[in-house]
Amino acid sequence: MEIGQHISQRYNEELEDIRNQVLKMGGLVESQAEQAVKALLESDFELAKTVANGDEAVNQMEIDIDEECTRVIARRQPTASDLRLVVAVVKVITDLERIGDEAEKIARYSKKLAKKQKITTMHSELSHMSQLVLTMLHDSLDAFARLDAEGAVGILGKDQQVNVELDNLSRLLITFMMEDPRNIKNALRVSWCARSLERIADHAQNICEYVIYLVKGKDVRHTSLEHIRSKYFPYDIEDGEE
Amino acid sequence: MTDVINTMPGMPRAVPLESETPKPAVDAITGEKHRSEFDVEINGTVGKPLVDNAKMSSRNCDVFYGDKQAIFGVDLDIGNNEIIAMIGPSGCGKSTFLRVLNRMNDTISICRVTGEHTLDGEDIYGKKTDPVLLRARVGMVFQKPNPFPKSIYDNVAYGARLHGLASNRSELDDLVEASLIKAGLFKEVKDDLQKPGTGLSGGQQQRLCIARAIAVDPEVILMDEPTSALDPIATATIEELMDELRSNYTIAIVTHSMQQAARVSQRTAYFHMGKLVEVNDTDKVFTNPEHQLTENYITGRFG
Repeated sequence: MEIGQHISQRYNEELEDIRNQVLKMGGLVESQAEQAVKALLESDFELAKTVANGDEAVNQMEIDIDEECTRVIARRQPTASDLRLVVAVVKVITDLERIGDEAEKIARYSKKLAKKQKITTMHSELSHMSQLVLTMLHDSLDAFARLDAEGAVGILGKDQQVNVELDNLSRLLITFMMEDPRNIKNALRVSWCARSLERIADHAQNICEYVIYLVKGKDVRHTSLEHIRSKYFPYDIEDGEE
Repeated sequence: MTDVINTMPGMPRAVPLESETPKPAVDAITGEKHRSEFDVEINGTVGKPLVDNAKMSSRNCDVFYGDKQAIFGVDLDIGNNEIIAMIGPSGCGKSTFLRVLNRMNDTISICRVTGEHTLDGEDIYGKKTDPVLLRARVGMVFQKPNPFPKSIYDNVAYGARLHGLASNRSELDDLVEASLIKAGLFKEVKDDLQKPGTGLSGGQQQRLCIARAIAVDPEVILMDEPTSALDPIATATIEELMDELRSNYTIAIVTHSMQQAARVSQRTAYFHMGKLVEVNDTDKVFTNPEHQLTENYITGRFG
């Protein structure tokens, strides 16, 4: 898959520009998520404040890229891989914007949590889960940047791990709340942060599905992982058996 | 030697296309690199060139203009009641192929067509086939509207008179009216039927030509860039008309407008340098084409 090579140089530039903007937006969202997690884990009030105020830039990028995509559709009537690129971008930026929203939520709860007692008891669980989620997000953006469908399919299914982590954390929080009802308020905040992390993982998975659509031309949403692998990535399975 | 055998009508091809010596990447004399479109090889047609309910079929179609081969071994079915669009760059053979289907190439003395071509299973190049009767069954609409220098009425009635399709004046009147209605022109010209057809606007003239083609009750309509000389509104009218005609006729359209192919057709055939590269459902061709050359063409890339 290549973006360039159009007879119209201007068209190349427009598509290249859209792609670069998405990568930039991805970078911004990833950094927002990372900083939000950092603020949460380190009870850093100032950092949390910065992240919570940073979501506006992400929203603006979504609007700008959306507009540019609409313009390309109207003026160029993209087809085939170009069409898939534009459609995938419109969807990817929706998920990116939502990831931005989740990061903002984590930052807002972190602000409240930072003022109160430290969340040391849940630190390791939260840290582990957030690393898992941030890696998924990073890898999915990487797959989009490289148009790497194999990489994308490798990330699908990892949200199962995240769900397990969320369950563990929830159990821990319940115990914590039962110990002392005064913990409930903060325990709920931590729980909402964990929920936001889980949502980020889901959005990262969606991005992977759009990468597969973009590269392979197949819509793999609401399809089982086994089916996707056997139908569109048969050689992966052979590798696995060897 | 190969050329001699290949130019003999009815002979099977001596050397299959796939084994043709590929062009070298670098020109031996000038040392220049050949254009990259040669780098992608065309080995047969990808997609689904054949269908179950074929109205017309071509097998192993070669067309020559004198020594020059214009079409190389095309196999293609045109399904019943479907609109098939043929697209490709200028000189790729799509119009030539369209003209094979109603023997319009017979009118070019140096043009020679080989292969098997059938309409409802009957050989259209057989000795018993009368090209005039064939063209009544397989009508044609051209790029430039070409009404006869006669009245609107006579333009539409011409074919019906030629083939004796109406036994009296009132039958002929009905036929002319019905054809003009089907072509979506009747309302605009019903009071001017005796005025010259050449006095109509371009879009109206083209619809008059479609009415003329419909009047002889064809089974297949071939359209060779029917809207390339028309404005977007006249184009939309004719595209709408094609969609209505599809329930009764089979339509093959050659078009340079990919958006038009995408809008009107159910299947799309992509021709490149005389070869049929890909035939697939139009939805597939425009969202996820199988062949790299198709992708390059419809996305507006260098070959």
